[in-house]
Amino acid sequence: MHAHNHAGGERPDQRRAVLEGPEISRALTRIAHEILERTKGGHDLTLLGIRTGGVPLAQRLAERIERVEQRPVPWGALDITMYRDDLRLAPARALGSTDIPPEGVDGRTVVLVDDVLFSGRTVRAALDALNDLGRPRAVQLAVLVDRGHRELPIRADYVGKNLPTSLRESVTVLLEELHGRDAVLIGPAKPRPGAPESAAATPGGAR
Amino acid sequence: MQHLLSAGDLTRDEALLILDTARELSQVSERSVKKLPTLRGRTVVNLFYEDSTRTRISFEAAAKRMSADVINFSARGSSVSKGESLKDTALTLQAMGADGVVIRHSAPGAARRLADWVDGVVINAGDGTHEHPTQALLDAYTMRERLGRVEGLRVAIVGDIRHSRVARSNVLLLTTLGAEVTLVAPPTLLPVSVDTWPCAVSYDLDEVLPKSDVVMMLRVQAERMHSSFFPSAREYSRRYGLDADRLARMADHAIVMHPGPMVRGMEISAEVADSARSTVTEQVTNGVSVRMAVLYLLLGGAIHRPGNQGEPR
Amino acid sequence: MTTTTRYLIRNARILGGEPTDLLLAHGRIDAIGPDLPADGAEVVDAAGAIALPGLVDLHTHLREPGREDAETVATGSRAAAMGGYTAVFAMANTDPVADTAGVVEQVWRLGRDAGYCDVHPVGAVTVGLKGERLAELGAMADSPAKVRVFSDDGMCVSDAQLMRRALEYVKAFDGVIAQHAQEPRLTEGAQMNEGVVSDRLGLAGWPAVAEEAIIARDCLLAEHVGSRLHVCHVSTKGSVQIIRWAKSRGCDVTAEVTPHHLLLTDELAESYDPVYKVNPPLRTAEDVEALREGLADGTIDIVATDHAPHPSEAKETEWNQAAMGMIGLETALSVVQHTMVDTGLLDWAGVAQRMSATPARIGRLTDQGRPIAVGEPANLTLYDPTATRVIDPATMVSKSRNTPFAGMTLPGRVLATFLRGVPTVLDGKIQ
Repeated sequence: MHAHNHAGGERPDQRRAVLEGPEISRALTRIAHEILERTKGGHDLTLLGIRTGGVPLAQRLAERIERVEQRPVPWGALDITMYRDDLRLAPARALGSTDIPPEGVDGRTVVLVDDVLFSGRTVRAALDALNDLGRPRAVQLAVLVDRGHRELPIRADYVGKNLPTSLRESVTVLLEELHGRDAVLIGPAKPRPGAPESAAATPGGAR
Repeated sequence: MQHLLSAGDLTRDEALLILDTARELSQVSERSVKKLPTLRGRTVVNLFYEDSTRTRISFEAAAKRMSADVINFSARGSSVSKGESLKDTALTLQAMGADGVVIRHSAPGAARRLADWVDGVVINAGDGTHEHPTQALLDAYTMRERLGRVEGLRVAIVGDIRHSRVARSNVLLLTTLGAEVTLVAPPTLLPVSVDTWPCAVSYDLDEVLPKSDVVMMLRVQAERMHSSFFPSAREYSRRYGLDADRLARMADHAIVMHPGPMVRGMEISAEVADSARSTVTEQVTNGVSVRMAVLYLLLGGAIHRPGNQGEPR
Repeated sequence: MTTTTRYLIRNARILGGEPTDLLLAHGRIDAIGPDLPADGAEVVDAAGAIALPGLVDLHTHLREPGREDAETVATGSRAAAMGGYTAVFAMANTDPVADTAGVVEQVWRLGRDAGYCDVHPVGAVTVGLKGERLAELGAMADSPAKVRVFSDDGMCVSDAQLMRRALEYVKAFDGVIAQHAQEPRLTEGAQMNEGVVSDRLGLAGWPAVAEEAIIARDCLLAEHVGSRLHVCHVSTKGSVQIIRWAKSRGCDVTAEVTPHHLLLTDELAESYDPVYKVNPPLRTAEDVEALREGLADGTIDIVATDHAPHPSEAKETEWNQAAMGMIGLETALSVVQHTMVDTGLLDWAGVAQRMSATPARIGRLTDQGRPIAVGEPANLTLYDPTATRVIDPATMVSKSRNTPFAGMTLPGRVLATFLRGVPTVLDGKIQ
């Protein structure tokens, strides 16, 4: 029913790492501080990772903020499958779970977290999903990598690294929690739009 | 999976995907906005040749929560009652651009026939004495929610097995999911070839009850009595009805299920039907989530049509 | 068509024997031998095809009068000719029912007018097929149609006393009762063979015992009153065993099997396509095996088609609302070759016996089912067993398309059919 596009280790010879573990860690620490600064201490902050790559990042950001502020920060996961605009390009895919922390989203400053910002369509879907869950006071966006080529009027509030790429390239984010290693890789692009495989850009899959 | 015609068409992985998906979708019913945009622009026709308000409403709620356009087409008062054939009705639905048809019909195989005539997705919502796959799915879902699993559960299905689409679909699905099914009925209400079915058979409810994690009671129509399937309602009820005494002999964790509509006093006593062990109302609730999952998985992505790979529409 | 034309058939293998020539003249076989002189006769090159006596079908539904949308005597007898038949018995369940001298005479005349094969009406046993009182069997026997076969086919003469009386009564004119063996109470609402498949599909079962119980009863009755009995479309292993037992006791019983019961099984109902819905229903592989054996060893005497045409709307529907029956005239010989000859169970002489001579004898026909010999009526079928064809309903000569063999590749093809020396089919085409 669902074509999986397994990440990590796929044609490793053709891909090169542009970020490794320590740099990713530093970028997340910086983003955590920026979030605290921008939200004035983050008292009504909720972090929501977009499935799948955004979820470990949201958790890591929450941990970093907790270490600084010495108090728990609500974080959760948002599955945007049902809101995607490319559902009909491929067979129906399995759903991930949406886990909203008990504080909910009403009246809170929600920071959406994702691994790669590309066309902006995923974020658009996430905004729609969020809208059905409640009414946040504000919504911001944090991404580990912004690779450009936006197709919608969307920008990130917090960026780990801007990575100028061509459309002939793909960006793959590997995370310890999901793939056993932290890295951002650039490699040759796989066939894009229309082809169901690429539309199903799965966790850690090339984007 | 192009259609859902029989519970036997589902592989274990497909069945589990439906149940997992249903679980995620059950959250939607708890939100303030009980709606997902997923099936926006898709048209689902509820084609009901039999009165079944409960099943129709369940499918309708499921489709609407997924933002599909729903057309209810009931046989009563329509061209069907004027003698239009199922095939002509199918061609009409086809011409109207139905993406999916949910069909309930008194004829076994009606859903399968319809699938031969329309390009869209066909979902069997009960075809006579054949099958009712979404009922089996919601039953399995309910068992999972209550008891944490389906695999290894000992499930007794009690009642008119021979004429029951619910029993047929449940035997197929529960077996696929690794449950141990025992059918309990008087011999007249068992299929002739039941010895070839992948389940155990007993004529004695009292012997099976203490050994069951799930006891699923089926409706027994009084009209069966007139064809001598059993002598009287009283005798049936004494031998195969679930009352408080029998409930007390069940394991503490065991649950009582019934697909409805119940005949209280016949196969199930009011006390049992209303007890905390009964999952009757949960089954109704779970039905919506399971049907949302089925609609999503069959209609949410590209619809496979013969001679057409993928379909951006 | 003219009977004065003479035909010289070259290189035909009579019952699969050595190639020879046959000269047909004045409706009879005039000469048989190698290298006969043409002498002005039309020459038909059989090119090694097999010559069989014209086939006789003891069980055909021609639907006229009443259901001319499904078949007529004319279209049905053309289909028969295409299948190699020179005589058919037309079942009585028409509308009106063929239960009077008037109706049987009408059918008989329609057949004679069409001229493609001899059409012998079967008379109903009971008035309106209702199973309540005897129809005027004697009047039908005495009519120009000379009815000798009586059947309520489609319905069973289930009343034991009525069956006994019918068996006794027709002795007066050497008639025979052809019973559709189906215990009605055991088959109320029945849709298909009762067993593993019906249980899976949720379709009401038609148990074998409903056929076998009636056959057993009727054999005992026929033996008791000293009448002959013919059993229509035997479909189960148990029926074969019962008939074998009855024959061993000396009971004057004959039995038929249809081509579809020799080949197809109830698994086909899985598609819910009512083209596989028939009465009696398709049974199991074990039954098919027993039927083939029974036909080979003579327990079952003949093959009869039970050709049952239905318009498409009667079949393009839900299974339980669809009509029962299959067409079979144009495929019968191919199915028999496939199931009986190619499997080594029968030779061509055996086929001729079971599809021509014996059915003619049961129906008391004197000029059909005769040996292929000089002086005999020139009723012949030329059949090429080496050909193969994919069965295409669209090419059927029958008015209906409900063949269960659609899409199947079957062996053999009828090249020509001669009715009293006149070709009704030539070069595989209806004349």
